[in-house]
Amino acid sequence: MSTVDTVVRLAYLAAAVLFVAGLHLMNSPATARRGNRVSIAGMAVAMAATLLLVVDSGGGTALGWTIMIAGTAVGTGAGWAAARAVPMTAMPQLVSVFNAVGGGAAALVAVPELAPPAAGASVRVPAVLDLVIGAVTFAGSLVAAGKLQGLVPGRPVLVRGARVLGGGLAVAAAVCAGLLLAGSGGGVALAILAVAVLAAGVLLVLPIGGADAPVVISLLNACTGTAVAMAGFVVDSNVLIVAGALVGASGAILTGLMAAAMNRSLGAILLGGFGTGDEPA
Amino acid sequence: MSAGLLAALSVFVLGLLVGIEVIGKVPATLHTPLMSATNAIHGVILAGALLVTAVAGTAAEYAVGFLATAFAAMNVVGGYVVTDRMLGMFRPGSQR
Repeated sequence: MSTVDTVVRLAYLAAAVLFVAGLHLMNSPATARRGNRVSIAGMAVAMAATLLLVVDSGGGTALGWTIMIAGTAVGTGAGWAAARAVPMTAMPQLVSVFNAVGGGAAALVAVPELAPPAAGASVRVPAVLDLVIGAVTFAGSLVAAGKLQGLVPGRPVLVRGARVLGGGLAVAAAVCAGLLLAGSGGGVALAILAVAVLAAGVLLVLPIGGADAPVVISLLNACTGTAVAMAGFVVDSNVLIVAGALVGASGAILTGLMAAAMNRSLGAILLGGFGTGDEPA
Repeated sequence: MSAGLLAALSVFVLGLLVGIEVIGKVPATLHTPLMSATNAIHGVILAGALLVTAVAGTAAEYAVGFLATAFAAMNVVGGYVVTDRMLGMFRPGSQR
């Protein structure tokens, strides 16, 4: 292991510790803001270490660097502007949009590994899981945000024939996922799988009432965490695995707490058909 | 199963356990900020997006890399700024 490699791994460990400490501080209102800043410090450490790793490993082409910088700049600008401009009352849907893009990013990270030529089995399995969970979260979170914003009807939307359509999507996704897992899937299987799971994400969230949307966003948030952990297996990065697992598990616990605070069972929420969407989120 | 994969799996499972334990008795007022904070943390996928872009070689891979990097950066920056704004409301006088 080279010196740089060691430094990067230790930095990732430090970032993971800062994430855990930050989340712990967020359990009480008095320390919550400090907790968020500790978490920001962890993120800064993780990003600096990643840049060091990229530079050390021969660092990408000029075009690659341009794209990394341009992508980060565009995303930072959009995120910053949206987060500053949106009124306090519209926060939950904005969080949902940020969750959606996170899930989308996680799904996209899996794409190059799944496109032919097929990678090894230890990469294909997490890559398929990453794509499926990430894409469902992406589509589902956008629909949930739309419900809170009033772009999608807040009442539970029960699509005629949703079960048949959902079943068809599940079969198509399962077949394509199977092909990709077996290493014999091509670009077509990848495309069909992506479209099927995106549609499934929309179909899953549509029947859920607007009043329940915050709980669903929290659940989708936990899903994104899991997708990020899978992406960590794909690109072999411990910090993604730790942070993803952390968010996946803590998000699931938080979802349970939120559902309990609303006196709603998670099963009833996911089944849908409740809530008028008239209540403030 | 390779040693590296086993180590990664251990990290994953232990991470899940820490995640379960770190959430205690959170007051209901903190539910949304906490959700937003965890939302920002999974923006760490930006590291994955950068790694993928760094090894990209084809036009399609560059396109995927750009989209992933932009999405992830939006998740990180937006997530943290929103969380900070929400938590700023808890302290009278320091609201921004």
